[in-house]
Amino acid sequence: MTDLIHLSAATLAGLLADGSVSSVEATRAHLDHIDAVDTDVHAFLHVATDAALAAAAAIDARRAGGESLAPLAGVPIAIKDVLATADMPSTAGSRILEGWIPPYDATVVRKLREAGLVPLGKTNMDEFAMGSSTEHSAYGPTRNPWDLGRIPGGSGGGSAAAVSAFEAPLALGSDTGGSIRQPAAVTGSVGVKPTYGGVSRYGAIALASSLDQVGPVSRSVLDAAMLHDVIGGHDPLDATSLPDIWPSMTEAARAGLADGALRGVKVGVIKELNGDGFQSGVKQRFDEALAILAGAGAEISEVSAPNFEYAVSAYYLILPAEASSNLARFDSVRFGMRVNPGSGPLTSERVMAATRDAGFGPEVKRRIILGTYALSAGYYDAYYGSAQKVRTLIQRDFDAAFSKVDVLVSPSAPTTAFKFGEKLADPMAMYLNDITTIPANLAGVPGMGLPIGLAPEDGLPVGLQVMAPARQDARLYTFGAALEKLLEAKWGHTLLSEAPPLTPTEMFATKEGAV
Amino acid sequence: MAQADLMDFDKALELYEPVLGFEVHVELNTATKMFCSCANEFGQGANTNTCPTCLGLPGGLPQVNRKAIESSIRLGLALDCTIAESSRFARKNYFYPDTAKNFQTSQYDEPIAFDGALTIELAGGRQVRVEIERAHMEEDAGKLTHKGGATGRIQGADYSLVDYNRGGVPLVEIVTRMIEGGEADSPEIARTYVAAIREIVKALGVSNARMEEGNVRCDANVSLRPRGSQILGTRTETKNVNSLRSVERAVRHEIQRQAALLAAGGTITQETRHWHEDTGTTSAGRPKSDADDYRYFPEPDLVPVAPSREWVEELRSTLPEPPAARRKRLQGDWGFADLEFQDVVNSDLLDAVEGTVAAGASAQSARKWWTGEIARLANAAGTPAESLVAPAQVAALITLIDDGTLTDRLARQVLEGVIAGEGTPAEVVDKRGLAVVSDDGALVAAIDEALAAQPDVLAKIRDGKVQAAGAVIGAVMKAMRGQADAARVRELVLERAGSAQ
Amino acid sequence: MPEITAEQVAHLAHLARIDLSPQEIARLTADLGQIVDSVAKVSEVATPDVPATSHPVPLANVFRDDVVTPSLTVEQALSGAPERDGDKFRVPAILDED
Ligand SMILES: [Mg+2]
Ligand SMILES: [Zn+2]
Repeated sequence: MTDLIHLSAATLAGLLADGSVSSVEATRAHLDHIDAVDTDVHAFLHVATDAALAAAAAIDARRAGGESLAPLAGVPIAIKDVLATADMPSTAGSRILEGWIPPYDATVVRKLREAGLVPLGKTNMDEFAMGSSTEHSAYGPTRNPWDLGRIPGGSGGGSAAAVSAFEAPLALGSDTGGSIRQPAAVTGSVGVKPTYGGVSRYGAIALASSLDQVGPVSRSVLDAAMLHDVIGGHDPLDATSLPDIWPSMTEAARAGLADGALRGVKVGVIKELNGDGFQSGVKQRFDEALAILAGAGAEISEVSAPNFEYAVSAYYLILPAEASSNLARFDSVRFGMRVNPGSGPLTSERVMAATRDAGFGPEVKRRIILGTYALSAGYYDAYYGSAQKVRTLIQRDFDAAFSKVDVLVSPSAPTTAFKFGEKLADPMAMYLNDITTIPANLAGVPGMGLPIGLAPEDGLPVGLQVMAPARQDARLYTFGAALEKLLEAKWGHTLLSEAPPLTPTEMFATKEGAV
Repeated sequence: MAQADLMDFDKALELYEPVLGFEVHVELNTATKMFCSCANEFGQGANTNTCPTCLGLPGGLPQVNRKAIESSIRLGLALDCTIAESSRFARKNYFYPDTAKNFQTSQYDEPIAFDGALTIELAGGRQVRVEIERAHMEEDAGKLTHKGGATGRIQGADYSLVDYNRGGVPLVEIVTRMIEGGEADSPEIARTYVAAIREIVKALGVSNARMEEGNVRCDANVSLRPRGSQILGTRTETKNVNSLRSVERAVRHEIQRQAALLAAGGTITQETRHWHEDTGTTSAGRPKSDADDYRYFPEPDLVPVAPSREWVEELRSTLPEPPAARRKRLQGDWGFADLEFQDVVNSDLLDAVEGTVAAGASAQSARKWWTGEIARLANAAGTPAESLVAPAQVAALITLIDDGTLTDRLARQVLEGVIAGEGTPAEVVDKRGLAVVSDDGALVAAIDEALAAQPDVLAKIRDGKVQAAGAVIGAVMKAMRGQADAARVRELVLERAGSAQ
Repeated sequence: MPEITAEQVAHLAHLARIDLSPQEIARLTADLGQIVDSVAKVSEVATPDVPATSHPVPLANVFRDDVVTPSLTVEQALSGAPERDGDKFRVPAILDED
């Protein structure tokens, strides 16, 4: 019975399909485990116990009635709290949205439900997805299942922790500058940021509209692919959604499991994302992964992307600018918190300002002020305008690189999971943490993060990022599944099976918010 | 509010040269809003036509209405604008409770249409060319109701209520370049320009064009420059002037007010001003200042609008005849005197008369009925004349008069029946039994009876005193209760008198 | 590089409608100075000949047909309102219209 939570989504889906396990059993097993460990991990902001069991029972009934269901029907899933859900609070990790239940579902959530997946609840995140550690959640941080004293990455620390702590086989994340791939790296899980426009943003609470993408979070490449197939595709409600007909990511992942999948694949190592500032164990595991790839017939070469050094700067102009405008709607009129000023006249203007002061955390305020500055008259050209030009240069770097190689690789993050509080005081240090993942968002290309081992110096997971040209998401799944298979063959097990067990009896000393 | 000092208009013109500019917002009559599929109608219950997008809920995203783009391109073409090869929406960021997202999605540096012109003709025949700087697309705001306080105005209100049904309704904002040389005609130019825009959007069918409902709203910019000076004066922007008469009055008022202020050594503050219909004055609104920093940037949730030249030409081919040209043509076709034609135009009955003529009526009859009886009934009912009766029905009515079935007096009764929904004119004639009695037999009997009753009259007629027939005709018409053709009665009376022995 | 002043941050806070305390303004002034110093390097390579990219995967002319679809119910629309009055959202007094 306990084993239900350790199964991959693909395996669990098989057992559900052949009737050897019911969705209610699988769902209850995950809910029980959440009950047992989430006080420590704090991956969830909301657990929808009754609704999940009801949804599971409905799937079981449909299956019993002979209906043919979608491949992942009955499989539980955790949903990042950035997504609007009509039956669960959707707070984006912010106090200003505490308790807000949207009157609608995000398109991706609607697709999940239509495919019969069972939403378990909403996962924790940095407030409005601003952060790389989940320390900026208004509801207290999520803890890394590998070491409860360390960050699970961010902003999607909750989704990554939920899958790596076996609280859910699958989760949805959102990635604006690495919020899926970086948490995957530090928790030993898999995460994919699809091509910009590949997955609908309708109902995803916007951070930076031109960078945000929703994507799958899982424990295996195949599982991510199966989830990608559920959520991907054109959505007329999102004007930036690509009208393309997409190939099956599941098929692409399965192709990667075939022998010889890596033979002749040209792999480019990005020179600028493999130098100083990377932890030694990260570099070591990354180099080993390259050797494994070469051993499997891949052709490894170094490629240069000279403009990547401007990526973090461009990102921290574009993101705050768009965010300052996207977050203007939090004004205490139509939804969310309202706070009256402590003194003085009660006017709309003053109530809005008091609400936004009380409702937003320090990082959100910092970025709104920065973005307001970057857009203000007289500075637009120097900041926002210049940053959009850097985007062009970064796209050109990608174009040049992809004219020589099939995929690009780098470590997913410069370091393994850091300790709580380590980078909180220095925003720039925190921002530089996303140096590896940001270029893909600026250029719109897809990227995947997957585990490649533990750093010898701290025993914590290390991730590899693989990127493909825009629209070539399938290539990531073939490559990722092939590499994952080679690594697991070498280890003899999955990386996550090395994670220290989380026991229900373990009491973590730190109270929420005390870090 | 304190009455501002005004300078005599002629005196103001002696000292200063007025410079005008207009921003006219036209609400498009699409079925749905600009960026979501909610119905574009806001007479219903509050907040009934709202969704996550137009309510600015977290996660809502805009989707552009194709019809609104088409309407805007057609309007741009009708204003002789260049249609952009590529245009873009931007965000205009400012906080206000009627603006759900706290930014207005509007076009900024890349409007859909630009560099146009419109020539208007004043009553005295003067032609004025108004250059159009741009016509750009944007969305309307929700509607605020102010509660508490004495006036129902925003000043002094205790709180306000918001209805977002109008939020996100598509607008085209038409911005003129500076209009110089208007001189004493400036108020009339204002009125005529807005009337011309209204006429164009109506002819295009892109807007309901009812100013009283806010479908067309004008912001009027006025500045004065001392005679002989090259330097532009500081301008004021009088917002939301919502009738043609008010536009004219507001411009006249601003010229007089600014002139008085300048002549007294004062300075004009660059500000928005509110127009007060009741007092015919403007009052200071918000000053424009450096704090107005809208932080425009390209709307990242939308992609560029790049209309192909084929599409633009296709839309150009759907343009109606320009209203001014059409008026010239119709007046010529119909042979109306200037006053007759003006009467039709001013009563907004051009379409009605044209439709009636097209349905077979003579132009003069059509004009007479529409500007006469129908306009009178419409006025009494408080509705537009065209909503009372269709041109085809009026034409049918006129045909019945022309063929002698109806007298004018009977036709008025038939018209009432048609308006009351009793059917076509022919059906009303049948149902009400209103036709002129054309059965000579019944008439002859009545005439013979009348002649017999008045032998002295009969004698006079036989003596050749034909005018004496009037008494008999009157008696016959009375006997027939008016349902006889007087001319025919006269004919028959003379005939019967001749043969009566 | 222009120096960021506390007055400037206070003005930005007003534009962004956030009622920051003097301490927050002081801290943000320092943060902003540091961040802006660092990110301003974008102008080194953003030369006039480089076009701006606002959408990473370019699209154009994405339109929707002018067909009405069901709106939210009034109750759904108002479900999150901090304060309502009948079927309208209620807000405190507004200083002046725009
Ligand atoms: Mg405007
Ligand atoms: Zn709507």
